[in-house]
Amino acid sequence: MQTLLDFIQANIELFYIVILSVFLGIEVISRVPSVLHTPLMSGANAIHGVIIIGSIIVMGEASPDNYVVLALGFVAVIVGTINVVGGFVVTDRMLEMFKTGKQNGSKK
Amino acid sequence: MQTSILSICYLIGSISFIIGLKMLSNPATARKGNLVSAAGMGIAILGTLFLYQPDGKTFHNYGWIAGALVIGAVIGSVAARKVKMTAMPEMVSIFNGMGGLCAALISIVEFGRIAEDHTDLHVLTIIAGMIIGSVSFAGSMVAYGKLSGKVKDHTFPGQHIFNLVVLFVIVVMGAFIVIGDSSVPVFMFYGILFLSVCYGVLFVAPIGGADMPVVISLLNSFTGIATACAGFLYNNQVMLTGGILVGSAGAILTILMCKAMNRSLKNVLIGSFGGTTVSAEHATGEQGSYKEISVTDAAMVMNYAHKVIIVPGYGLAVAQAQHTCHELEKLLRDNGVDVKYAIHPVAGRMPGHMNVLLAEADVSYDDLLELEPANEQFSSTDVVLILGANDVVNPAAENDPSSPIYGMPILQVTKAKTVIVNKRSMRPGYAGIENELFFMPNTSMLFGDAKGVLQQLINEIKSL
Repeated sequence: MQTLLDFIQANIELFYIVILSVFLGIEVISRVPSVLHTPLMSGANAIHGVIIIGSIIVMGEASPDNYVVLALGFVAVIVGTINVVGGFVVTDRMLEMFKTGKQNGSKK
Repeated sequence: MQTSILSICYLIGSISFIIGLKMLSNPATARKGNLVSAAGMGIAILGTLFLYQPDGKTFHNYGWIAGALVIGAVIGSVAARKVKMTAMPEMVSIFNGMGGLCAALISIVEFGRIAEDHTDLHVLTIIAGMIIGSVSFAGSMVAYGKLSGKVKDHTFPGQHIFNLVVLFVIVVMGAFIVIGDSSVPVFMFYGILFLSVCYGVLFVAPIGGADMPVVISLLNSFTGIATACAGFLYNNQVMLTGGILVGSAGAILTILMCKAMNRSLKNVLIGSFGGTTVSAEHATGEQGSYKEISVTDAAMVMNYAHKVIIVPGYGLAVAQAQHTCHELEKLLRDNGVDVKYAIHPVAGRMPGHMNVLLAEADVSYDDLLELEPANEQFSSTDVVLILGANDVVNPAAENDPSSPIYGMPILQVTKAKTVIVNKRSMRPGYAGIENELFFMPNTSMLFGDAKGVLQQLINEIKSL
């Protein structure tokens, strides 16, 4: 019990960040038209690609002769980058279509 | 100095994610919002590359990191540009799986180098990140397989309970490692990894193809949480905020998607287990006779109508028929017919799927009717042409309380004078239930691939 309390005390900012972010995420999304569900999901998908920073840190801290870590980190950076770059590009492509639609007529 | 600049980079990154998501939820600013978050991501990544200095040591392996970044960027951008609009949901699923895989790999590496003075919570974040990441990865891959038709739905009796047992074993093993002594059994860690991958597959396998968008959104939220775990591990604010933000936004989005279909999340996730038996009863009970219409007759009816409403569904997407459909619409309009599209919120494989497809074919936004305006107009409509849609026009949702889709808002096409349904066959839709609309007196069936049928219709109308 004491260790848990100590942990919370030592990382109180983290807990604030987590709780505020949860509400922020709910608040930001809650009034979205159903047309935008797919692009929004895709955009959020790209944002969690920020995990790539973790994989860059893993590789950067690995000693150059630890081949196992290097190999795992290498793959992690590749898949992380695919998530980030692919996610943003695909979202942009989806939204681009909405834009061409808008030039023909005006909606909302 | 460098570290404080890096902190500011992360701060900018976090803020840009929030603003980007906010802008993404409004049609007018959505595209800019995506670019804002992409820019924030770029700043955070560059900052990490050049400014990250743990304990005053500089980074190693720049060559490898750069190589991996380039390879990933090339694969990602080429895949995202090459993919067809119809395959978009699959693509998002793959990208989500990649994020989950990345989280799992990070956890594997971090587990291998747990420091002597590690805390329980340190281990907990590693294990949690790995479990959630690998479930998300495996689940996304199955979801991709289902959407692209490579994987069929798999169920076996008692699978729901089996899944819960697997999940329980994972949690117990995880708790054992976290609470246990410093000598962590390595084989158990890999056991958890293996079971998590299995659970990801088992979790998604029984869920019907039509519910994949909800599942992908849910897995998206999972990956966000895995990212947040890694953020905890590295005490990295941008990963933490980004991950939690996506985790909670993804969860809400999942619920919103379920609401659009008027179902609960629980119903989507475990409803499929009872669904098969229900459909069997209905299939035998309500099978009636339907009448077919020839392409020539259909063309005639449509050409001399005053008002035609087209209801696109997944069949249109599969057949890649959006351009042909637009051509038919133009042709009819030139002949003085009022043509509109009625878009159900969950038509196709994802909410907004049809809007994206038709926008690709240059269909004007003014011609797309949402659910309520469409339902107001059906009674004054001569012909409704249904292209590969099924459950979204099933009257059972309104008048059969025992139907699995009962309560879902539908397009009330039966109010129109004539309904022409284009389908490939009489097979039920993805909800697996019979559609009495097909047996109604003012409904005619026009069998065939949507693209082929539309092309024939165009030719017939031209020759009239």
